[in-house]
Amino acid sequence: MGDVAEPEAPVAEVPGSGTERVALTPAAAELLVRLTAVHGPLMFHQSGGCCDGSAPMCYPDGDFRIGERDVHLGDLSVPGLEKPIGFYMSGSQYEYWKHTHLTVDVVKGRGSGFSVEAPEGVRFLIRSRLFTDDEYERVQAEL
Amino acid sequence: MAKYANPGQPDSVVSFKPRYDHFIGGEYVAPAKGQYFENTTPITGQEFTEVARGTSEDIERALDAAEAAAPGWGKTSVAERSNILLKIADRVEANLETIAIAESWDNGKACRETLAADIPLAIDHLRYFAGALRAQEGGISQIDEDTVAYHFHEPLGVVGQIIPWNFPILMAIWKLAPALAAGNAVVLKPAEQTPASIHVLNELVADLLPPGVLNIVNGFGVEAGKPLASSNRIRKIAFTGETTTGRLISQYASENLIPVTLELGGKSPNVFFDDVAAQNDAFYDKALEGFAMFALNQGEVCTCPSRALIQGGVYEEFLQQAVKRTEQIKQGNPLDTDTMIGAQASNDQFEKILSYIDIGRQEGAKVLTGGDKADLGGELSGGYYIQPTVFEGNNSMRIFQEEIFGPVVSVARFSDYDEAIKIANDTLYGLGAAVWSRDGATAYRAGRDIQAGRVWVNNYHAYPAHAAFGGYKQSGIGRENHKMMLDHYQQTKNLLVSYSQNAQGFF
Repeated sequence: MGDVAEPEAPVAEVPGSGTERVALTPAAAELLVRLTAVHGPLMFHQSGGCCDGSAPMCYPDGDFRIGERDVHLGDLSVPGLEKPIGFYMSGSQYEYWKHTHLTVDVVKGRGSGFSVEAPEGVRFLIRSRLFTDDEYERVQAEL
Repeated sequence: MAKYANPGQPDSVVSFKPRYDHFIGGEYVAPAKGQYFENTTPITGQEFTEVARGTSEDIERALDAAEAAAPGWGKTSVAERSNILLKIADRVEANLETIAIAESWDNGKACRETLAADIPLAIDHLRYFAGALRAQEGGISQIDEDTVAYHFHEPLGVVGQIIPWNFPILMAIWKLAPALAAGNAVVLKPAEQTPASIHVLNELVADLLPPGVLNIVNGFGVEAGKPLASSNRIRKIAFTGETTTGRLISQYASENLIPVTLELGGKSPNVFFDDVAAQNDAFYDKALEGFAMFALNQGEVCTCPSRALIQGGVYEEFLQQAVKRTEQIKQGNPLDTDTMIGAQASNDQFEKILSYIDIGRQEGAKVLTGGDKADLGGELSGGYYIQPTVFEGNNSMRIFQEEIFGPVVSVARFSDYDEAIKIANDTLYGLGAAVWSRDGATAYRAGRDIQAGRVWVNNYHAYPAHAAFGGYKQSGIGRENHKMMLDHYQQTKNLLVSYSQNAQGFF
């Protein structure tokens, strides 16, 4: 990772919304407030595989059973919401993702899977950037 | 060259209705909540019809219809069920152009593929299971002189099927043909990105099946898919999609103790050994085409050969010619029969692919060709087009590990057989793979050593109904295609019969 120490212009993040590993764009934060009003407290689990794989899935908190081997990347703080939103990924998948910082964004789309935002005509999407060497060391030390 | 007219124009071979309801109990019925959602074509980004937005009330109504139909359907003779499948196949074949253009318009894929692959394969699939059903036999085992074990196949009853958007009709038929052949009644939920083409097909064949045997409920995953998958009224759920939803569906299935079939994608290695380039002949040309297969269906295939592994001895030469071959792929209007690559199925898919091209660049992978969206001008400017893209990098990069589901291949070099197998198997998934070699022993050994459910040897992207398809590792559970699929939709009934007149001797 030494060759690419400088991250590219990062995606706009809501200040203080995220953790070292995962954050939110303002559009995603705003959507989460609206979705919480409909579905109650929410959670994210990062998917992999085909079709809508590699997209974050958003569920009513507790709907998806977090397993022994899932990694908790952090809790996202959303302005206007009391409870932070947990972000999880399967441990085996995290091994291939751990050198990248993730930002949850939202785009127009039809979605799929059982993610709660699809009926709104939008889809959560992950923007990624490489950690700098310093960031990576800190993040690994946390685990 | 022939360019089909856009649906909606007077000279089009297909006309969509302005609205599609649910198909329940043999008729079209409005959604309980009266809501509909707009459906767009990825070719231009324009809306062209609206589709019922199903909820749990609609799913329950469909389950009522399926439960009413299942007992009678399950007791029809195999000849009757087989003949109905054959009639459906004939009807689809007689309307092939209409269905193919409807599929292209709904999904964005080139009609060259729907006309020559998607719909002909769907027809063949129906005929294959019509035949396999007639040839299926139970078993008789003589336990001893007076005791016989009879094994019968019985249908499961009512099953749920959730269909993906990449091959909306073919994937629906992959699931429907064995389920119906085996005597089950089905509640099917199409993908919300591609909800319309299945109704064009269904309207052509709806009179052939008894009411309630096939029910189609449209809608979103969270509103219609979840009540179907979590229902305690289905005896099985089948799903094609991604891993998180696969886990969620398994979780629901465990609550009801029903079986699941899951097909969850892959990151398929396409392995080219040195001897492929030993001669510049027809086989070498075939191998170069095999490399370019990553762009088939815009890369929206669970078995997309999205990792190309090329041996060191011919790496530069082969890759250079493979890139050239990729650049000859003709991108254009999907309704033009010369077009080889069409539009991505949705805007979010389009955005996701661009986000992966971005992370690939950040990780230091080199773009050898493509690497951006494509603006095809005119009415196509509103559509979702991506240039066929070749990255060069290494297997630890995220673009080598995640299914991008776009026309993007990541290329790496290997030195010898062991390294080829090591890289090929360094993935969470194991759905598809290919090995290319002129040496039968190398191809055989590599085919056996790669941990994937389907390994193509010296070909790619062939999907005959007679060959089992499914994943190792995190690519899923169960298989599709092949007569073994009948078993996936059947119970085994064992009748253990004593012909002895004497007490068993315990009491």
